[in-house]
Amino acid sequence: MAAINITNVSKIYAGGVEAVKSVSIDIADGEFIVLVGPSGCGKSTLLRMVAGLEAISRGTVEIGDRVINDVEPAERDIAMVFQNYALYPHMTVYNNLAYGLKNRGTPKAEIDARVAEAARMLEIEQYLTRKPRALSGGQRQRVAMGRAIVRKPAAFLFDEPLSNLDAKLRVSMRGEIKQLQKRLGTTSLYVTHDQLEAMTLADRLVVLNGGQIEQIGRPLDVYHTPASTFVASFIGSPAMNLLRGTREGTQLHFGSQVLDLGRAPAFPGPVTVGIRAEDLRIASTGEPSLTLKVEYIEELGAQRLVHGTVDGKKLTASLSPEIGISETLSLSIAPERLHFFDADTGKRLAQPFDASATKRETAQTLEMAAG
Amino acid sequence: MTNTTTSQALSGTMAAPGPGGFWRILGLNKSASKPPEETDAKRVQFSSRLLPYLFLAPQMAIIFIFFYWPSVQAIQSSFYLEDPFGFGSTFVGTANYTDVLKSGEYLGIARFTAVFTALVTFFSLSIGLLLAVKADGVIRGNATYKTLLIWVYAIAPPVAGLMGMMMFDQHIGPLVKVAAFFGWDMKVGLNYNDTAFAMIVVSVWKQIPYNFIFFLSGLQGIPVSVREAALMDCRSGLRRFWTVILPLLAPTAFFLLIINTTYALFDTFGVIDVMVKDKAANNPITLVYKVYMDGFRGNDLGGSSAQSVILMIIVFVLTIFQFRFIERRVHYN
Repeated sequence: MAAINITNVSKIYAGGVEAVKSVSIDIADGEFIVLVGPSGCGKSTLLRMVAGLEAISRGTVEIGDRVINDVEPAERDIAMVFQNYALYPHMTVYNNLAYGLKNRGTPKAEIDARVAEAARMLEIEQYLTRKPRALSGGQRQRVAMGRAIVRKPAAFLFDEPLSNLDAKLRVSMRGEIKQLQKRLGTTSLYVTHDQLEAMTLADRLVVLNGGQIEQIGRPLDVYHTPASTFVASFIGSPAMNLLRGTREGTQLHFGSQVLDLGRAPAFPGPVTVGIRAEDLRIASTGEPSLTLKVEYIEELGAQRLVHGTVDGKKLTASLSPEIGISETLSLSIAPERLHFFDADTGKRLAQPFDASATKRETAQTLEMAAG
Repeated sequence: MTNTTTSQALSGTMAAPGPGGFWRILGLNKSASKPPEETDAKRVQFSSRLLPYLFLAPQMAIIFIFFYWPSVQAIQSSFYLEDPFGFGSTFVGTANYTDVLKSGEYLGIARFTAVFTALVTFFSLSIGLLLAVKADGVIRGNATYKTLLIWVYAIAPPVAGLMGMMMFDQHIGPLVKVAAFFGWDMKVGLNYNDTAFAMIVVSVWKQIPYNFIFFLSGLQGIPVSVREAALMDCRSGLRRFWTVILPLLAPTAFFLLIINTTYALFDTFGVIDVMVKDKAANNPITLVYKVYMDGFRGNDLGGSSAQSVILMIIVFVLTIFQFRFIERRVHYN
């Protein structure tokens, strides 16, 4: 077990393409970090540089105070779980688990004990004599996990380990990975493009975009105070509504529609306003509101997603299924629930209604409740 | 004709393993590599019951005319003493076989054939594998590299033999000069061992590209992530090769083992012919060349037929042995 320090790491491919641009992340011992972003954002490249499968063009990676830039992958004291499991097809499950240990000269008795322990933990004991091809996708994934666990490495690296599984299995394996990591307390670096996986697994998540870090933070902090419009639209489902508007006095103008905030925000002129779907509610009479022209509805059971347009711009509201739906809806939102982003750079602006403070409190309360 | 025995056996049983693309190029039975249910689902419905047999007929005709019929003829004539001028034949029972098996010359040739086959198979496989592993690691300019290694395969065996002869020529051969530099007075065509050496070198050289193509394609069929997993599990590259890469190459290697054995036994005919024809009599030849010599030079059709039947049995036994004892250790994906 060890801390991982990634300092100003860049990946520049032949031809000058910069896939990762000076990324720095400090991972504490035992922490579960999730790298999340769309495909091509450099998250896998970053993970593979830590693993030693890609050369580090610039910067340093330290695992437990040891710079491992030029250390062989097998010597880095890490174990990796691959997307397509990467089990050795010609070896039995037992040998798949034992292979790494055998190569390190671990005594036979110790290997047996560790494999047995990992197999018990993952409930794959009855498959130890089988070849991988005789296993289902979920079982293979467990074997791949087992191969990482038996090594007792300083860190686990996960490269989209659940994306080859079906939806139901993915959810249950997600829970198991989280529990297992908690129990073993091994520092973990996990790559995914699935924001839900990132939210549920991470102690802290790192949102990457175009090879750069957009935001690092605890999942709820990232959710409630996204640092940019990119993070706002990437984290959370349905994605945060982003509307371009202009402030005039105490009012926000969205084309022909006007939302009166009652107070005047500090920034002038054009602004991108972020609204979480679940923060919208049906306005009571006389309350400042936006008119949503309903286009279609998605029933999720617990909520109902209402998709429509506000002055021609798309907006999604998450409403209770009990609320009747007409062709147009008047929706209101508490001003402190609004997110403001710079209209040009997309960066988060200082929140005029001191919303972040209240939200951080809510976040903490929620985490305490969860913990 | 015995050559056909093995290739027929191969096209039926060997289609499943190895790199799919090549089977199609070679025209081997590709449907065998598909799972059975898929083949069933795509089964073609014929309007007439005769039609499928009609489609099969050309292939059956070829097998029958070029394999079964000559085989039967060979077995039959191996029991007769044929008149060299075709005026008749006398039944002699197994005399042809006993003559051949008692002949010290024949046993000597058989011994040389065994050594020759073993050496050619071993070296063409191992050098082909070595080159494939190295080519697989090359990233920059690998297309050029691969082409350079593959093109030799396009050369016809007699031409390869001729080129080999030039390389080993007494007066102009560069390899003879190299040997002379090390104090080896090489006399290909005169000295038994020197000729054997040259024959093996040229035969191996001719077969390397074939093995190279298959090994390379086999290597590229190994999933990158499995190699990467091995990279994290095992530090030593050599150990990784023995424990992960080679076992995963085994289906390819097994296929090549059979093909190379057949090659060394039969397809080296052209190389041998160019090297020993019109040379002094004391040159090494293989069994198949002896069949040709006795049959078409010596006009002993009966003895030659008996030899080819023996050869057929040898290949048959060898193939069964390979499938029973070696294929068992092969892991197919």
